[in-house]
Amino acid sequence: MSSARALFEDKATVRKIAILARLELDDPTLELLGRQLGDILGYVDQLNAVDTSGVEPTVFAGETTRFRPDDLRIRLAPGASLDNAPDHSSGAFRVPKVI
Amino acid sequence: MSNALTDYSLCALRDALDRREVLAVDVAQAYLDRVSAHDPVIRAYLTVDAEGALQRASEIDSNRAAGGPLGPLAGVPIALKDIFLTKGLRTTCASRILEHFVPPYDATVVTRLREAGAVILGKLNMDEFAMGSSTENSAFQQTKNPWDTTRTPGGSSGGSSAALAAQLCAGTLGTDTGGSIRQPAALCGVVGLKPTYGRVSRFGVIAFASSLDQVGPMGWTVRDAAALHEVIAGFDPQDSTSSDRPVPTGHSRTPVGGRLDGVRVGVPTEYFPETGLTPDVRLKVTEAIGKLRALGAEIVPVSLPHSPYAVATYYVIATAEASSNLARFDGVRYGHRAKADDLLSLYLRSRGEGFGMEVKRRIMLGTFALSAGYYDAYYGKAGQIQTLIRRDFEQAFERCDVIATPTSPSTAFRLGERTEDPMQMYLADIFTISCNLAGLPGLSLPCGFDADGLPIGLQLLGRAFDESMLFRVGCAFEDSTDHHVRRPPSLQTGGVVTGQEAQS
Repeated sequence: MSSARALFEDKATVRKIAILARLELDDPTLELLGRQLGDILGYVDQLNAVDTSGVEPTVFAGETTRFRPDDLRIRLAPGASLDNAPDHSSGAFRVPKVI
Repeated sequence: MSNALTDYSLCALRDALDRREVLAVDVAQAYLDRVSAHDPVIRAYLTVDAEGALQRASEIDSNRAAGGPLGPLAGVPIALKDIFLTKGLRTTCASRILEHFVPPYDATVVTRLREAGAVILGKLNMDEFAMGSSTENSAFQQTKNPWDTTRTPGGSSGGSSAALAAQLCAGTLGTDTGGSIRQPAALCGVVGLKPTYGRVSRFGVIAFASSLDQVGPMGWTVRDAAALHEVIAGFDPQDSTSSDRPVPTGHSRTPVGGRLDGVRVGVPTEYFPETGLTPDVRLKVTEAIGKLRALGAEIVPVSLPHSPYAVATYYVIATAEASSNLARFDGVRYGHRAKADDLLSLYLRSRGEGFGMEVKRRIMLGTFALSAGYYDAYYGKAGQIQTLIRRDFEQAFERCDVIATPTSPSTAFRLGERTEDPMQMYLADIFTISCNLAGLPGLSLPCGFDADGLPIGLQLLGRAFDESMLFRVGCAFEDSTDHHVRRPPSLQTGGVVTGQEAQS
């Protein structure tokens, strides 16, 4: 059994990753995901069989990224940005009190 | 039964509209009627924009009557996977978290389609955030395969492939991160192209894995896909990865009966494994390669030795990028917001309620692969193997001009058959994923049917930015076969008209 697989058997680890991922999950879901992620990582472990010494990783498979001047471009009227907001007030997005 | 307006392929319809034999408004109405009649069973559409479509079609007709300027797709009815932002028209990505989202702007490809005169009929179902291979991960409905409604249309662009096969639109766009255009095209007996990475703008397309995502056309024929590709491809300053290389044009008007003399077709042994490939798929794809030889092509054995590692590599890279891209859905600026007293709970709960299981699974996997202590072992390693997969293709393309493989290891599987086992579902993309990892173009086209009458797809892979070769080989193959004009008997069509009949 791979180390990653064993790691996912521990519910506390799965819960920690869920919080990092900002996902609220109930206990049965945590258990199910832990098992499935363990299986998937067990499959991924076959990558360890490949000798990659001295191989540069690919960052992305396209041509070079194009850069442009970082100038101000207004694409949306302020109102249009708020139309889909769950809650807004005085032209700003509203969230629960932070401090 | 006589031909209906919904029996004309996109190119045939474009030409009939140009010759003023039909009106755009009649075509749009015919499609809307057909959607009303058949979509309650097929369930391809998430949103139908009847009013918008008829209004646009009527504008096109007026323009044409007045001799005004018309685009290359003037009056052609198109539907879009629900991942493309459409100004004023709900865009959900088949997720609860975006159930009520109405975009304030259009994706670049949508702008280009509108400028070309396309009539947008509506938005099509998909796996939530394009994560899946069966469209069963939609939060809203289950799309059926028109060839057998107990089976999947494939995914993630399964609404697109089903709508085409059932003649509920004349053309459509999908997205392909690991096979999401080609696999559903194969499973529904239609044509799908994943263009080269950088060929088509992704601005306004909801991101899944940005280093792999690509937008592409789907149609009934290779020429239909080429006609759409010509409109959507090309440089866009809004997408920093988009390329300014010249876009191939004219392939939608390829004369019938092309030969393939001088074309070298590579056949990789790794794509015809002893196990995991159904006998009917092996037989029909082998016959298709024989047909390419008969058309003059030279068949060359090639090897892509790192292919067996593609699925594992992909599920590290794609989920890592997804976990980052989907961080934007936080319940603050748009999308679903749960009730919560503090900000952290708002994030946790909104995302917990808004995302479906497959999306959660992939976000979790990606978060783990990027987390401290595991990054090098997973993300770093996967990036290195991606390099080896790209090199395999570079070496293969020194010996051939195009590579021919099966698109999918099996025909359409039954709904529910793989939903409990994510690994089984991931293996549906075993032949399509390498193409994304290498950034290459790939075309799937119909090459026959299995014993149950289900469609089989032939996949053609090309060099970067050589979509022209795929169109050339695809058109020659299509002209010498009739798989692409066959339709599910239960859908009662009058027979597909491609406009090529008179020439052949």
